[in-house]
Amino acid sequence: MKTMSVDRETLNRRVEIAAALRRILPLESVIDDAIALAPYETDAFTAYRQPPMIVALPASTEEVAAVLAYCHEHNVKIVPRGAGTSLSGGSIGLADGVTLGLAKLNRILKIDLENRCVVAHPGVTNLGISNAVASDGFYYAPDPSSQLACTIGGNVAENSGGVHCLKYGLTTNNVLGVEVVLMTGEIVRLGGAHLDPDGYDLLGAMVGSEGLLGVVTEVTVRILPKPQHARAMLIGFASVEAAGECVAQVIAQGIIPAGMEMMDRASIHAAEAFVHAGYPLDVEALLIAELDGPMVEIDRGIARVQDIARATGATCCYVSTNEDERLKFWAGRKAAFPAVACITPDYYCMDGTIPRKRLPEVLRKIEDMSRQHGLQVANVFHAGDGNLHPLILFDANKPGELEAAERFGDDILRLCVEVGGVLTGEHGVGIEKRDLMPVMFSETDLDQQMRLKCAFDEKHLLNPGKVFPNLKRCAELGRMHVHRGQMRFANLPRF
Amino acid sequence: MTDFVPENTEELARIVASAAADREPLEILGNGTKRTMGRPVTARHTLSTSSLRGVTLYEPEELVLTARAGTPLSQIETLLAEHNQQLAFEPPHWGEQTIGGIVATGLSGPRRIQAGAVRDHLLGFSAVNGRGEIFKSGGRVVKNVTGYDLSKLMTGSFGTLAVLSGVTLKVLPRPEARATLVLKGKTARQATTLFREALAMPLDITGAAWVPSFSGESVAALRLEGFADSVADRAASLQRSFGVSIAGSEFDDFWTQLRDVAFLDSAPCLWRVSVPPGSGADLLDGMNTPNALLDWGGGLAWLEAPNENPQAEKLRALTARSGGHATLLRAGAELRARLDVFQPQPAALAALTGRVKDSFDPLRILNPGRMYPGI
Repeated sequence: MKTMSVDRETLNRRVEIAAALRRILPLESVIDDAIALAPYETDAFTAYRQPPMIVALPASTEEVAAVLAYCHEHNVKIVPRGAGTSLSGGSIGLADGVTLGLAKLNRILKIDLENRCVVAHPGVTNLGISNAVASDGFYYAPDPSSQLACTIGGNVAENSGGVHCLKYGLTTNNVLGVEVVLMTGEIVRLGGAHLDPDGYDLLGAMVGSEGLLGVVTEVTVRILPKPQHARAMLIGFASVEAAGECVAQVIAQGIIPAGMEMMDRASIHAAEAFVHAGYPLDVEALLIAELDGPMVEIDRGIARVQDIARATGATCCYVSTNEDERLKFWAGRKAAFPAVACITPDYYCMDGTIPRKRLPEVLRKIEDMSRQHGLQVANVFHAGDGNLHPLILFDANKPGELEAAERFGDDILRLCVEVGGVLTGEHGVGIEKRDLMPVMFSETDLDQQMRLKCAFDEKHLLNPGKVFPNLKRCAELGRMHVHRGQMRFANLPRF
Repeated sequence: MTDFVPENTEELARIVASAAADREPLEILGNGTKRTMGRPVTARHTLSTSSLRGVTLYEPEELVLTARAGTPLSQIETLLAEHNQQLAFEPPHWGEQTIGGIVATGLSGPRRIQAGAVRDHLLGFSAVNGRGEIFKSGGRVVKNVTGYDLSKLMTGSFGTLAVLSGVTLKVLPRPEARATLVLKGKTARQATTLFREALAMPLDITGAAWVPSFSGESVAALRLEGFADSVADRAASLQRSFGVSIAGSEFDDFWTQLRDVAFLDSAPCLWRVSVPPGSGADLLDGMNTPNALLDWGGGLAWLEAPNENPQAEKLRALTARSGGHATLLRAGAELRARLDVFQPQPAALAALTGRVKDSFDPLRILNPGRMYPGI
C-alpha cells in the first residue's frame, strides 16, 4: 500500500499550529504530546498506525468552524474522527495533519416524537439514540455491531449498516438531516425533519463520504416504533450451497426478514466455543433469520421460511420461543468477530457485496484461494443482502503473513466485483480498499467523484489519502479537453 | 433548433461533447411529460433519451432491475407486475413518462413514509456529464458504500448535472392484501393528530393522507399492506385505537388518485411543500385555501395558491418557519420564469450548489436555469 507523503513544511509549523489552535479552543482541547496522541494512532483497522501531528477536540459547531477556517487558511490537513471504530482506516491520522475528534459533541439535542426524529450531536453513540427513545416505544434502526461504541457522526460518514438493514435500510435511508461545516468554516444545513431534499440531495452525497466532504456537527435521524414482536430462527444445512439457496428462495418469495445472517463451519465453531449460544456443530452452514411485526405475521413468515428450509434440505431448524432464546440465537452471530479473534492471533475482515445467487460459487472460490494463499478463512455474512464478511486468519508476527492476508483479501474483493458486486458493503473504502477502487471504477468514474470532492474541498485538506488512489489536483480535474473546431455541432446527426 | 434523439449511450455522449465544444445549451428530456416542471430552460436544442429503451437486466429473485433511461415507466411496471413485484416508491402516473424522468424529478408517492423515496431505490446509474463523458456510480446490490453515493445526487437533479442513460433500481414484492381505514369529516389538524398517533404504533402504515373532499366529505385515510392476516390484525388495532372504519369499494382508487394528485388536477398553479409532518396542518391553516391536501402523515402538502406574488411569499415564509421547502410544481411558463420555483437557498448553500453543478457540468449546458438561475 502506498503511504502518504509527509509535508515537511507543515511539520515545521507544528508548534505554531498547536498554538493557534489553543487560541481557538480551550488549552486542554488541543493535544500535541506524543503519549497523549497515542490513543489516536489507529482505529479498528489496526493493521495500520499513524499518530497524528495534533489532535483538536472542539465542543461546539462554532469551534469546529473556527478550527476548519484556520486550517483552510493555513493549508493544514484535517482527519475527522468519531469513536475510531472504522474498519477501513477511515479515521487513521496523518503525520502532518490535525485529527479532529468530535467526542465532546456528545449531547442529544432534541427528541421530536411529533415528527418521529431525534436531533443529536455527532459524538452520540448509535445505541445512545435508541436508548434515549426506548421508553417512548421507538428505536433507531441501523445497528452496526459496534453500536455500543460507534457514533452517529461516524455512521453518517461511513453509511453504516448492521444486521437489520435488510428490512430497514442503511444509515442513508434513516438520516433526515445534517448540519455540516465545510472546510472553509462555512456552516450549511442539509435536510431537517422533513422528508424530501431541498434542491440537490447533498445530504445523500454527504452520507458515506468518509469524512472527505465536510464535518458533520449535528444529525437528524428518523426513529421507528419498536416492532410488536420478534422471533428468530436457527436453520442448519449440510452445505453452504443449500443455505444459499434457502436465502435466495426466501427473498424470491417476497419475504423480507428483519435480518438474515449466515455463518460457515469455522465461524459457527468459534462462536459456539466463545458464547455457548447452543449452535448445532454438525452443520456446514447456519442461517439465523429474524421476523418481526404482529404475531400473526411472524407466524406466517416462520411457517413459510420453514417450508423453504425443508425444501432446500435443512438438517435442523429451531424457532425461538421467548426473548431470552431469541437473544441467545443472536449472541453467537454478534460475537462472531471477537470469537474468531480467540482462535487466531490476527484476522483481516473483508466486506464485499455480491448478488445473492452467486454466493455458492463465490464461497467455493474463496475456499480455493484459502488453499492458494495458505491462510484459513471463517465466513460470516449478511446473507439477505449478499454482504460478505470473510475473516482471513493470520499471524502478524510471522513474516509475510500480513502481506499474504492482504493479497488474499484483494483477491476476494476482485472476485466480488467480477461477479457483479462491489468492494465494500458497509465498512467503507478508507485506506484499506483505496488502491482497489480502479477495479470497480474507470478513471472517468473516479474523476467525476473527485470533482465532487473539489466542490466541497478545493484544497483536498479533508481526510486526504482515503478513498481515492490518486488524488488529482482540482485545477487539473477542472480543465476541459474539448477544443472548438475539432468537434463541430454541425457534424451531429439531425433528426 | 434541433431535437437530438440518440440511439445509444455513445451517441448521447458525442452529442453532449459537441454541445460542450460549441457552448450550446441543451434542454434534456425523456418523453417531455414534465417539461413544465422547474424553471423554463433557454436552449435552442433539445436532447431526448426516449430512444434509449429497454430493460437490460431483471432478476426478480434478486429484487433488481436495470433499464435504459428512456424506457417507459409503464413498461417497467407491467413487467414487474407479471412477477408480482413493484417499484415500492409509488411514482405518480403523469402521462407516458420514462424511468429516467422519474429519477431525474425524484417524485415519490404515498408509500414514501414506509418504503422510502426514489433515492432509496436507485442502486446505481450510468450517465453522461456536461463534458460529454460517460460515467457510472453505484452498482446492482443493495448494500454498497464504495465511493460517493452519486445516485442520491442524481435523483431529483432535473437533468442539470448529467444526462441519465441507464438506471438500476431495487424492486420489491407487491403486497398480497391492502386495507384502507378512514375517518370522515375531520379537519386537516385533526387528521395530523390521528396520523401522529397511528404512525407512532408499530403497524407499518404505508399511507396516511387527508383530502378535503372525497365522495362529498373530508377524509383522513390510513393504508395497510402485507399478508392478508397481518393486514386484518393491524386494521383491527387501528379500529380499536382510533375508531376508524374500513373503507368501502368507493375508496379503491383513492391511493391512485392521491399518488397522481388527481384531486388537484384542475389547479393551474400547484405547489408541493415538504415540511415536518407535525407542521402540515399549520401550513394549510396559514394559507387558508380550499384546494389543498396532505400526504405522508402531514409531511407533504399539495396546494393551489393564487399565482400572485404575495401568496407565494407567504407560502415561502410559512414553509421556512416550519423547516422545509416549497416547490412550484405546475404553473404557466411566465410565472415559472418570474417566481423562484425551488425554495431559495441561504448564501453558503447556494454557492455550494453552484460548485456541485460545475463539478458535473462546468460549461452549464445541461438544462441551464431549470432549478435556479444559471443552474
